[in-house]
Amino acid sequence: MGLLSKKDAALIKDPLADNNPITIQVLGICSALAITAELKAAIVMSISVLFVLGVGNVVISLMRNIIPSKIRIIVQLVVVAALVIIVDQVLKAFAYELSKTLSVFVGLIITNCIIMGRFEAFALGNGPWRSFLDGIGNAAGYGLILVLVGFFRELLGSGTLLGFKVLGDSIEKTGLYALGYENNGFMLLSPMALIVVGIIIWVQRSKNKALIED
Amino acid sequence: MEHIELFFKSIFIDNMVFATFLGMCSYLAVSKKVSTAVGLGAAVIFVLAVTVPVNWLLDQYLLQPGALKWLGAEYADYDLSFLSFIMFIATIATMVQLVEIIVEKFAPALYNSLGIFLPLIAVNCAILGGSLFMQSREIPTLGLSFVYGIGSGIGWFLAILAIAAIREKIRYSSVPPALRGLGITFITTGLMAIGFMSFGGMLTGGDDASKEKEAPKAEVKVKVEEKKEEVKKEAEELANNTKEITE
Repeated sequence: MGLLSKKDAALIKDPLADNNPITIQVLGICSALAITAELKAAIVMSISVLFVLGVGNVVISLMRNIIPSKIRIIVQLVVVAALVIIVDQVLKAFAYELSKTLSVFVGLIITNCIIMGRFEAFALGNGPWRSFLDGIGNAAGYGLILVLVGFFRELLGSGTLLGFKVLGDSIEKTGLYALGYENNGFMLLSPMALIVVGIIIWVQRSKNKALIED
Repeated sequence: MEHIELFFKSIFIDNMVFATFLGMCSYLAVSKKVSTAVGLGAAVIFVLAVTVPVNWLLDQYLLQPGALKWLGAEYADYDLSFLSFIMFIATIATMVQLVEIIVEKFAPALYNSLGIFLPLIAVNCAILGGSLFMQSREIPTLGLSFVYGIGSGIGWFLAILAIAAIREKIRYSSVPPALRGLGITFITTGLMAIGFMSFGGMLTGGDDASKEKEAPKAEVKVKVEEKKEEVKKEAEELANNTKEITE
């Protein structure tokens, strides 16, 4: 690994699989479900969370010795809210259409439990470099699930990926559609997001029996 | 009439959990027992009913473009809407503290039952989501925003109550080991959300004028899908009903 010691590398690798924030720690579900009808929105959301969690973890970790523990929730909320405002303004300036699709869910990064959860569980007790790695790792684990869910919902729901028609044209009946394939519009509706995440959890836990709940 | 319509719309059609997935974290974490679910649900109704109108006032008189007009004509150009996130979350954190203090002083019995849940609520996305949706849907009056707050709260309460009841029963069924716990809860919630989608046509039925207003395109698409799911939905709802009755 060179740059990273084994312990540090684990901080990034663990949240990707066996300690995934969404499927194992059950944090940050709301946004994972609501914005995954399109792959593009899911990717942008992952990057936003990566930024907020990476930077936020460092800031909180730097301040960890001067924050009075009684008001730490408020301090954390202010730090996150400031970072989210930056993300929101950047999105509005450079990707206005997308920021409309994400609507309130950018703002809801503030109360995304993954962020508060990592602040409380990690950044308050560790140095800035390790906190940064932890933030990046957890945000990547979160992004991984988002992209997976987004991938299946967009592919099965509208037959596209990032807007490209990978399965052929549904109106002109080319590609797969010529064989009688139909888009399953139901994948685009909200209940299917829940079921897709449920199936991902199922697959993951069948592969790794140690994760099964009693 | 407007108020009643918004009230039922925010409970059933735009249900916080099933339509927009807000407050999922606490919804999944605190739904193992009906009694705790009721406590948290009641606290959510309470806090939403307080914070949504307060944030509505803030939005109208401080944050919207031109909202500072009441200070004088020279302030009419200010647009502070980029501050809404931080203002809303600060209001929510303060109101939760305030509500906690007031309830503790004047209604100790209520405090004992809600007590431990109140601080949790400051970081529940359903609460901030309520305020943000209030802002993005441009709810016109203070009264309506109050109705919206209460309605969304009740919708959330219903959802957590139902899932807690189902989870209590599910413990006695043989679920595949890998699905136990979180997995089956997700899938059950998905099925319940399908059930709740059947409320979609509730308020637009009958009146032609309002039907046209409600984006007919989207509805046609949904309807085709809905028919496929209708049988499934009905079975699910029956199951839900019987489960609730047995509770």
